[in-house]
Amino acid sequence: MNATLRNLLVNTACLAVGVLLSLGFWSMLSATVAKELPTPAATWEVAKPYIVEPFAKRGEQDQGILRLVGYSLGLVAKGYLIALIVGTPIGFLLGLSKGFARVFDPIVQVLRPVSPLAWLPLGMVLFLSTGRQALENGALFTIAICAMWPTVLNTAVGVRAIPQDYLNVGRVLKLSRMKMLFKIMVPATLPYMFTGFRLSLGIAWLVIVAAEMLTGRTGVGSFLWNEYNNANYGNIIFSILTIGVIGFILDRLMSVAESRFKTA
Amino acid sequence: MSFLELRHVTKSFGGAPVLHDVNLSLVEGEFVAIVGYSGQGKTTLMSLIAGLLKPDSGEILLEGKPVSGPGPDRGLVFQNYSLLPWLTVEENISLAVESVFPGQSAAERAAHVAKYIAMVKLSHAADRLPRQLSGGMRQRVSVARTLAMNPRILLLDEPLSALDALTRATLQDEISDIWLSDKKTVILITNSVDEALYLADRVIPLTLGPGATLASPVTVDLPRPRDRSTLNHEPEFKRLRSQITQTLLGYSESRKTTVSRKLVLPDILPEDLDQPRRSGPPRRPHEIKRENVSI
Ligand SMILES: Nc1ncnc2c1ncn2[C@@H]1O[C@H](COP(=O)(O)OP(=O)(O)OP(=O)(O)O)[C@@H](O)[C@H]1O
Ligand SMILES: [Mg+2]
Repeated sequence: MNATLRNLLVNTACLAVGVLLSLGFWSMLSATVAKELPTPAATWEVAKPYIVEPFAKRGEQDQGILRLVGYSLGLVAKGYLIALIVGTPIGFLLGLSKGFARVFDPIVQVLRPVSPLAWLPLGMVLFLSTGRQALENGALFTIAICAMWPTVLNTAVGVRAIPQDYLNVGRVLKLSRMKMLFKIMVPATLPYMFTGFRLSLGIAWLVIVAAEMLTGRTGVGSFLWNEYNNANYGNIIFSILTIGVIGFILDRLMSVAESRFKTA
Repeated sequence: MSFLELRHVTKSFGGAPVLHDVNLSLVEGEFVAIVGYSGQGKTTLMSLIAGLLKPDSGEILLEGKPVSGPGPDRGLVFQNYSLLPWLTVEENISLAVESVFPGQSAAERAAHVAKYIAMVKLSHAADRLPRQLSGGMRQRVSVARTLAMNPRILLLDEPLSALDALTRATLQDEISDIWLSDKKTVILITNSVDEALYLADRVIPLTLGPGATLASPVTVDLPRPRDRSTLNHEPEFKRLRSQITQTLLGYSESRKTTVSRKLVLPDILPEDLDQPRRSGPPRRPHEIKRENVSI
């Protein structure tokens, strides 16, 4: 048996053990101390219609799980893109210019720890004029502004960490400003930027659930909240698991991209 | 008139000056080697000439005009290669060529780049990334990148110090050939007196810092082309080598000082397992000795 196959088998076996143990613990909890907690079997029962027909659309909230995930991912993608487009240049400016960093770094540090729940109302107010789109735009605003910070900060750190040698090469070769930026600074910062991008995506996915709960926009987050109101507690757990798995997959995908950009 | 001239150049990085009152004058086409100990300011000197650093006082003139910044007329080969790791060999060189010869067509540029890659015998590796190259190959790329810019003066900062003796000899020959074929002005920094004597017209020792400066040059009047195998036996070569080596050793000799420090020998009496365990002070106190260390 070759080594990779063996590795794969071992990993799968370990995963299975982990899942089984967790399921056991969960069953034990719902049988003993947490009587309100639906058992794994009960959870499966309520979640089944959403899983077996993942793309079904039976009503506004009553849709297959992947369809719901799709709505959420769509919004996340938009907000995340805005975060990258806005955050990367800000990060570059912070890293490049001491003056800019002096002026804006404190502001970044103050805005960064603000919870998405605090940004959301502001976002909805800002986009009141957009009428029916206000909720969606508010959510986008919240995702973008919350997800932006890791990109901003990591890019800034990356720019400051560009080895002086590379910059000297640029100076000796007499590169133009544009070439200096795109041939030397951006590639040298790329690994840091990607770390920022990965963390940002994680945050964007965290924020979407809160945003959907508050705005009622269709997606996994609002599904979770509705099922709570409908007293289908099993689906709360089902939603949590779904959110976790999707978040994990996104993170994996980003670290694959990240490792591809590791330079030297 | 001298081609490159340094007058009373002093440079510090905040503290005591690294270089103090450095004077140097080169005629065009000359090959000068600077030898010195590590950390005494050789790279700093090169960076000053290249225009990457500004002297605190004194001036650097190239054909009578003060050097104000880096320029394509001075090609610096960095001590640590400094290839851009995300570009292939060809792209690294092409980047340099593009900025020095912006008027070239794509085909002209490709030919130009290929010529210099061939010159350092790396045509087979043109598409590789720096991390896929050995140290010697990287160094050759670095040299090719600089040569491709067609500078008037080559500044080689210990280009061969990181290489094994065999590779080193091969690259010395390559440098020698390149210099013989287009008679560029070259400043070579090296930590090897033999290398300096094999390649240079003049060898200049750098004294010890802080405040290092260039000592008086030693003219190397050995006929060219020089042959490494016979060179070692020539009396003139032996004389020059011992002269320069003595000069360098003299610096470090004069700097030798001894310090006396307290040396604490810990209580390391082996544990005797047959003895009953005792608490309380150690059976033997720390031993304190004086030690003289010469540096
Ligand atoms: N950018 C810098 N900032 C502060 N100190 C520096 C800087 N560059 C060099 N130095 C100091 O200047 C001195 C000379 O350094 P330099 O790199 O010129 O030595 P070198 O002769 O090239 O040594 P080596 O043979 O090891 O390359 C060293 O003591 C070093 O610590
Ligand atoms: Mg050096």
